Amino acid sequence: MTDRIIGQVSRVNGPVIEATDITDAMMMELVRIGYGRLVGEIVKLAGSTAVIQVYEDTTGIRPGDNIFGSGMPLSVELGPGLIGTIYDGIQRPLEDLLEAGGEFIAKGVTKPALNRDKKWHFIPADGLEAGSMVEAGQSLGTIRETERVEHKVLVPYGKSGKLLELAAESDYTIAEKAAVIETGDGTFNMEFYHRWPIRNPRPVKERQALKLPLVTGQRVIDTLFPLAKGGTVAIPGGFGTGKTMTQHAVAKWCDADIIVYIGCGERGNEMTDVLMEFPDLIDPRTGASLMDRTILIANTSNMPVSAREASIYTGVTLAEYYRDQGYHVAIMADSTSRWAEALRELAGRMEEMPAEEGFPAYLPTRIAEFYERAGYMTVLDGSEGSVTIIGAVSPPGGDFSEPVTQHTKRFVRCFWGLDRQLANARHYPAISWLDSYSEYLDDVSGWWETHSGSAWLKNRSEMMELLQKEVRLQQVVKLVGPDALPDSQRFIIEVCTLFKNAFLQQNAFDDIDRYSSVEKQVRMMEIILLYSRRGTEAIRHGITLLKLRHMKVVQDITRMKLSIANDDMKAMDKLEARLVRAMDQLEKIYE
Amino acid sequence: MSKEELISRELLAGREYAGIDRIEGPLAYIRKTHPVGYRELVECIDREGNIRTGLVLDTSDEVVVVQIFEGTSGLTLPDTRMRFMGEPLSIGVSEAMLGRVFNGLGKPIDGGAAPPTDDILNVNGLPINPTAREYPRDFIQTGISIIDGMTTLIRGQKLPIFSGNGLPHNELAAQIARQAKIIGDNSNFAVVFAAMGVKHDVARYFIDSFEETGVIGNVALFLSLADDPSIERTITPRTALTLAEHLAFNKGMHVLVIMTDMTNYCESLREISTLRGEIPSRKGYPGYLYSDLAEIYERSGMLKGIGGSITQLPILTMPNDDISHPVPDLSGYITEGQIVFEREMNGRGIYPPVAGLPSLSRLMKDGIGEGMTREDHPHLSNQLFAAYSYVKDVRNLASVIGEEELTPLDHQYIEFGEFFEKSFVHQDSHEDRTIEETLDIGWQALSKLPVEELHRVTEDEIDEYYDR
Ligand SMILES: Nc1ncnc2c1ncn2[C@@H]1O[C@H](COP(=O)(O)OP(=O)(O)OP(=O)(O)O)[C@@H](O)[C@H]1O
Ligand SMILES: [Mg+2]
Repeated sequence: MTDRIIGQVSRVNGPVIEATDITDAMMMELVRIGYGRLVGEIVKLAGSTAVIQVYEDTTGIRPGDNIFGSGMPLSVELGPGLIGTIYDGIQRPLEDLLEAGGEFIAKGVTKPALNRDKKWHFIPADGLEAGSMVEAGQSLGTIRETERVEHKVLVPYGKSGKLLELAAESDYTIAEKAAVIETGDGTFNMEFYHRWPIRNPRPVKERQALKLPLVTGQRVIDTLFPLAKGGTVAIPGGFGTGKTMTQHAVAKWCDADIIVYIGCGERGNEMTDVLMEFPDLIDPRTGASLMDRTILIANTSNMPVSAREASIYTGVTLAEYYRDQGYHVAIMADSTSRWAEALRELAGRMEEMPAEEGFPAYLPTRIAEFYERAGYMTVLDGSEGSVTIIGAVSPPGGDFSEPVTQHTKRFVRCFWGLDRQLANARHYPAISWLDSYSEYLDDVSGWWETHSGSAWLKNRSEMMELLQKEVRLQQVVKLVGPDALPDSQRFIIEVCTLFKNAFLQQNAFDDIDRYSSVEKQVRMMEIILLYSRRGTEAIRHGITLLKLRHMKVVQDITRMKLSIANDDMKAMDKLEARLVRAMDQLEKIYE
Repeated sequence: MSKEELISRELLAGREYAGIDRIEGPLAYIRKTHPVGYRELVECIDREGNIRTGLVLDTSDEVVVVQIFEGTSGLTLPDTRMRFMGEPLSIGVSEAMLGRVFNGLGKPIDGGAAPPTDDILNVNGLPINPTAREYPRDFIQTGISIIDGMTTLIRGQKLPIFSGNGLPHNELAAQIARQAKIIGDNSNFAVVFAAMGVKHDVARYFIDSFEETGVIGNVALFLSLADDPSIERTITPRTALTLAEHLAFNKGMHVLVIMTDMTNYCESLREISTLRGEIPSRKGYPGYLYSDLAEIYERSGMLKGIGGSITQLPILTMPNDDISHPVPDLSGYITEGQIVFEREMNGRGIYPPVAGLPSLSRLMKDGIGEGMTREDHPHLSNQLFAAYSYVKDVRNLASVIGEEELTPLDHQYIEFGEFFEKSFVHQDSHEDRTIEETLDIGWQALSKLPVEELHRVTEDEIDEYYDR
């Protein structure tokens, strides 16, 4: 870092510092403040004064303290070594800080984001040699970063040109020379890593239509409210309704290649939980440890509020970097409300005019900009990659009409609303089948139908219709009691209860149930619908509800999620055959 | 701290100014000072020479804003002197503080001499590095069924009681402090008690209860009572937690921190924020209330390779019994669950009047089950919650159509609900149940329901425990 003094502190108000006598500074420049060289960012410039947002605790900073310029915007380091690492909101490696500074995060301790000593084995790309023309975003070779991630060494943006040198196959540290490129404005010595300003989206060739689902193994999501790769979803819910659990479940079991998990202003123990659990969990698709595809960003609620504001940009930039290597990346941001509140706090300290509930007027713009960084892209080298954003929202009082939920709703296309009543009844995941929606249904139904037969969309609609009918029936029951309904209608309630217990509820702590394969989900749905169709018919033939309810096989259907393994389709077939037999028998008696 | 910084600080430390420019509530404004550090400690000396403690809230070339914890009453503009100490607000800490009573700033108020100190620590503490944390998983048996069975307390957890005026939260907190134990572990324990804006008799109640069980020698009390300056409350939990951290992480003790009443704490914060003209968020509370509370609640847990722990039991009264009020709401978003009281249950004579459904312990998942409590515990508690939630629906239905109109099955649920509340939830404030007793009563409750209704327990568990 340079020692270029660009001004002095004139006022300290929490994480916001005002500065005077500013010379030669740029907007969004990364600066250091005072003796402790605290990290900050210039967020306003006016004449010779500036406002700086500081990423560390400002206790002890005084008027007159020097401000040092860095000449560059707040950036992250991109290169091998990101996967499996836990960072704070401005990409400080927390494990290294622990080693350097002890159990508590002291001020002014810095460590490079990427390890400078570790050697990586680089294999240059076939067909490249001195004299080849290379383009920004092109891969010059690969490094095996973890068991499952092959890291492409990309030509940084703006550095296209003629390759003068390329490193031979060997082991290198990231700061060693990877290549020399003759660009339009001089020779560029390329290392194995580069920097990127977190507030700027990384460029791509073009945005594509979404077509693939992000399969999560969570039945209520995949079957009722599917998310697409490159899509965006919000999970709003009051405290304790299951936002974090849902995000953890998706982070564990979804079919993305890379996960970036951002703990933005939430609990310390939740990050410890991930750190403790992920290394031992095995990805069912690749057999590798889940930590081998995961990057964690932890800026917990007690860590500085400005770094919380930065954390989601840090996260999405890392995600874009792996997308540019042709990967499907999923980001979880828990919780975007804490990020919005950080914006509010900073805006308040800067004495900006508030709009709704104290939030700054630019809140919706910022939310939109963040979610716009998701997408399914053709990246610069022509391959495909995606960034999917899954944002938790924590509405005050659980009231979805508040600004963050409302504005988020405008910019996401999928909505998993958590319901307090369901959570209280310990119906998990507490995703409401009435409030939630997915606009990706049509985009992904093609994939589902090629993978599981043409009835997928039809079955889903049939079930959703039953659930809607049940709401109306329940209203009647609440007024006059269930006895007032004919058996045919009570049976609809019965089927929906079964569907909720057997299908929608999914226990994140059960070894089998925590994840449902695509095949299993499809079969479960088919069996429940079969019960519904045959039962409706049977009632028409005069069979009583009580008889249907007491079939032993219904109990087994309720338990199939726990008792039948994900790949045991034979057992599912058997269960279905037993249901058919039981129904046949019932009908025979009544013929 | 770098050398140049040290020198510069030493030069300026202790500089004193006679006269202040403006006083507004607990805030004092002084112009034309030397460069004063943000959150620097200030000694405010009144006309009689008494020293009050202050903290810098805002500092600039022009003016410095100082909040004075003992309040500003009696201060005059010309005769007050301000001494800027050049260091953050800190307290001396040591094991000798156990058995003693302090004010919110850590000064002894029991008539004894100041205890010797092992260390001097900044009351704001520092954030724990998440990678340094040890995930809490040790079951604490409180002997209270609704807690042990349904919202299990784990060592290192922060689990608040959401109560209301006049409900027995103090009884419950005292009972927990009295009965809490880890089976088979007798290591060093301590209680740190912080009172913010509660009445003398509440403090007295806790002291008597600690004396009665003979643990008072292991308790440090920080009292900032209803008649103390309200501003002192904003520092009290921090002072208490600074001692707790020292005992837990430097001395390896297991510390239970009881803080009451967090609602009073938040109100003091609101007071200062309003005075300073900050943009309010909900109900006039400052926008940073969430972060501020997190700075307190997150000072709990365990650290890898270090023996001790901090378990927090904050108590807060919900204004108007409204759980969506900012104080309980933001607390719930930070803590690891909550024990929620219900006035209606209290009215029916049920103690503790804990509402089952909105209560939650987020850490119980890793602390219960085989080898920790009993193998049936996770499923049993799940099933009890599910069944009890249905009871609420049935009761609603019954209130519309009349109990006679209910189906036989619904009648069974009503019976289950009654038994659950009267026999499982309800117990004496001196009754100490083992976890086995708790779980067995839970099964007795479930046995009021037909076996087909029990979807959340396994067949093996049914064979073993159902209707025994
Ligand atoms: N799928 C699930 N399976 C089992 N238990 C669950 C599930 N989802 C939530 N829970 C239970 O609910 C509790 C709270 O869930 P979670 O921590 O995800 O809530 P949250 O919405 O993130 O709350 P907050 O906003 O306060 O962070 C969990 O500790 C767990 O006990
Ligand atoms: Mg959460």
